[in-house]
Amino acid sequence: MLATPLLLTKELPNLKYASTSHRFDETWAAPLSTLLGLGRAAGADFIEFFLERVNYIGCMAEEDAITSISPRLSTGAGVRVFRGKADCYVSTNDLTFNGLKTALEKALGIMGLTLPGPNAFIPEINLELLRDYATKRNKEQWLGETSSMREMGDVLLAANGKLAQKASHVQSRRAVYFRDWQEVMVAASDGTFARDIRLTQSVGYSLLCADGANRSSINKRVGNTSDPAFLRNWNYDDSAEEVAESAGKMLYADYVESGSYPIVMANEFGGVIFHEACGHLLETTQIERKTTPFIEKKGEKIAHENLTAWDEGLTQDAFGTIDMDDEGMPAQRTLLIENGVLKNFISDRAGSLRTGHPRTGSGRRQNFTYAAASRMRNTYIAPGNYSMDDLFSSIDKGIYCKKMGGGSVGATGEFNFAVDEAYLIENGQLTKPLKGATLIGEAVDIMQKISMCSQDLGLAAGFCGSVSGSVYCTVGQPHLKVDSITVGGR
Amino acid sequence: MAKIEAIASAAKDVAAKLGIQKFDIYGSAVEETSVQVDSGEPQAMKASQRSGVTVRVWSEKGTVGVTSTTDVDAAGLEIALKTASEASEFGATENVPDFSPEATANIAAHESPRCTPAAVDTLLKTLVTAEKELLEAHPAIAGVPYNGLAQRDIERFYINSAGAVRHEAASIASLYLYTKTEEEGKKPRSAGAFRIAHGLDKLDVNGCVKEAADKTISHLNYEKVKTGKYRVVFSPEAFLSLFGAFSNLFNAQSILDKQSLSTPDSLNQAIASPLLSVCDDALHPENVGADTFDGEGTPTRRVPLITNGVLTSFLHSAGTAKRMGTEPTGNADMGAKVTVSPNFFHVFAGEPAQETYSLETADNVILIDDLQALHAGVQALQGSFSLPFDGWLIKDGQRISVDSATVAGDIREVLNSIIYVEPEGHFTGGGVCPYIWVDSLSVTGE
Repeated sequence: MLATPLLLTKELPNLKYASTSHRFDETWAAPLSTLLGLGRAAGADFIEFFLERVNYIGCMAEEDAITSISPRLSTGAGVRVFRGKADCYVSTNDLTFNGLKTALEKALGIMGLTLPGPNAFIPEINLELLRDYATKRNKEQWLGETSSMREMGDVLLAANGKLAQKASHVQSRRAVYFRDWQEVMVAASDGTFARDIRLTQSVGYSLLCADGANRSSINKRVGNTSDPAFLRNWNYDDSAEEVAESAGKMLYADYVESGSYPIVMANEFGGVIFHEACGHLLETTQIERKTTPFIEKKGEKIAHENLTAWDEGLTQDAFGTIDMDDEGMPAQRTLLIENGVLKNFISDRAGSLRTGHPRTGSGRRQNFTYAAASRMRNTYIAPGNYSMDDLFSSIDKGIYCKKMGGGSVGATGEFNFAVDEAYLIENGQLTKPLKGATLIGEAVDIMQKISMCSQDLGLAAGFCGSVSGSVYCTVGQPHLKVDSITVGGR
Repeated sequence: MAKIEAIASAAKDVAAKLGIQKFDIYGSAVEETSVQVDSGEPQAMKASQRSGVTVRVWSEKGTVGVTSTTDVDAAGLEIALKTASEASEFGATENVPDFSPEATANIAAHESPRCTPAAVDTLLKTLVTAEKELLEAHPAIAGVPYNGLAQRDIERFYINSAGAVRHEAASIASLYLYTKTEEEGKKPRSAGAFRIAHGLDKLDVNGCVKEAADKTISHLNYEKVKTGKYRVVFSPEAFLSLFGAFSNLFNAQSILDKQSLSTPDSLNQAIASPLLSVCDDALHPENVGADTFDGEGTPTRRVPLITNGVLTSFLHSAGTAKRMGTEPTGNADMGAKVTVSPNFFHVFAGEPAQETYSLETADNVILIDDLQALHAGVQALQGSFSLPFDGWLIKDGQRISVDSATVAGDIREVLNSIIYVEPEGHFTGGGVCPYIWVDSLSVTGE
């Protein structure tokens, strides 16, 4: 049997590829493997192409009118070139062979490499058979099965009408929805060749109530990653009830008195405390920058012995669930902390290369303009053995943080997050609503103070912004008690 | 410009083919190169070429549909126009946007020099040197974990089916350096600085290094501050970030949507101390990469927002201006629903102060250098904020770094409690602002 002759660089201009233009499929193997070979021939240690196509639509109802329907279509690609432990990322809108080759050439140039001369052989890159999660998991029809523009409008108008019925002192009410359909393909010089389709949807309310000088604003969202019928099945009746009740209670809330308190944090979005205080600090990106106190702590106790935490991409329908990450690696379930002991970090390819921690299927990015980085997926504290009564009855004076806003963590490990809905705890009982609270602390300190976890694990959809842009993620936890934390207020 | 004309021509052809009579397009093309370093070595280098357009199509019944796309060739434009046309069937039937009446008005001359991009090697050498100098500035500075040097060429355009054609281009270079310290028995500390200019050769790299070093060193010795009410001085960066977070105060679209702390009747009312004046001034000479027109093609301009404490104007799109019976201000962002946003704040002293203050002689005053987590700690629709900050307690004119504290208040109280606006404005990247003294705010420490 005759072997296929090796390609010479001078033959590149004459190559004719017939990649499918509207779909990332097997026909992309030939041009991508040629380009990967070209990059290797130039002296790169590793090359990866990421191709993306997005069909996004957002819709908003304000009061009783649809005020915005905005589709967005985008295609693009990024090429990442490694030389030693340094890397370069170049992105482009141009998905033609020449467009991708130009991007590769630019990336090689930045790394101090040049394309080989006309008579150089281009080594073959044997890509694996396309690992196609879209086909394997029947996602091809998803886009067509989602709500039409008309249905989006109808559902949001009905939902916003329901909110008007449930809430009082309404100043403005909005119902918002988006659908983000994304097709991705990854091809790399280690043979990785994979494709996926993702469908992320989110719908929710934004309610502003006012009575004289008193104001309250409550936002509530739910999200989904695998149900095309998600919007039409949205239980907006319950959501409207919940949002209206919260806004009503917070309308006349007092400002929290600043100080140090024991707190109980609600489940679901309460998990933002772990996300900010610890999750980010377990990403290898932070190890590379030496901005985490946990660098040398693997195998050591970094949290209270009652705390176990996971980061995974597998939970059905959760907002951070992915079949593969943006580097083509299948998602996995990663044990971060077990009974207070640090077990694993969250790692992408570059993080693994630079820190030695194994990849965990966590290389994620907002879109093709970003290189993948180690990012959280569904991250939560595991349920414990305590009851809710145990948590509250252990507090004489403290704060129940029922609904969290966003937060952040800085280079020194100091974190902060806002509380949108809070209540004073006195002698184990909730007494009055409070507003204007910010929780601040240090990761190393706070992880030792999460002393009690109840049994009611709940997850919530969130958006996480970091080095590789904004990605969909889940935060979660059961109700838990923090023995003391600084609460900023008035 | 040739590319813009090609897009305009292709759009006209496609629109005619699809039977679309009325449309407009706002778009941009960006070429960017950026580098990061770690311990003298290149760490991440990035380059991108991206372009995108947003098209609006008016249906026969006058409703509008919008679509954005990154495919700006004829085929991509055709899909975008088709999708926008489909979306227009579901567009709002009230307060429908129209072309700006100023989309073809003359634009004031504004110089925005273009620069030849520097080679990546040059960027790397510049950043490595800056990192080295910063590391050498003090033994406690153990790293510069967040750093980046970027250069960007931006082209923007606006065209419409009534013949408007706007186009402009600019070159920008920017640098940020954020340190981290390590000292035995002390918490890690961090501080940083940012610079922006028309090109690498105009970038004040030394100034950025010095500012980052000086700030970092000033935070090495820190103390907990006692919880209580303090006289507070906001740095230009801190004041502009807080002020910007509550820009719904001046945003006509937010006001019409009842998503603002103001109402249409707020105009000409005192909302701040008479010591304060603020303009939105896209064309301010310090504004690097200033836009001369907005997303609807309206020329940008200087808009007096607060004059001696009185709210004097809102920021408008063409649509909000029409609804409020005034002129657009050049602050529109094109979208399915046109939004409004500020361009470049210029904050300055209003009425002369009865009393002046100085940080050199201040005592028991908090100087806030940088506010953090505004996305989480600002309740823009309630007016309240509770934010962690970096800063110093000033004792007898001496600065003592504050450890882990928050400041809380209400923006309306802050604006009304201003007791001094220093005379000298400082450029921050997002605006020009002096140091602002506020009589009393809640600070939570220990």
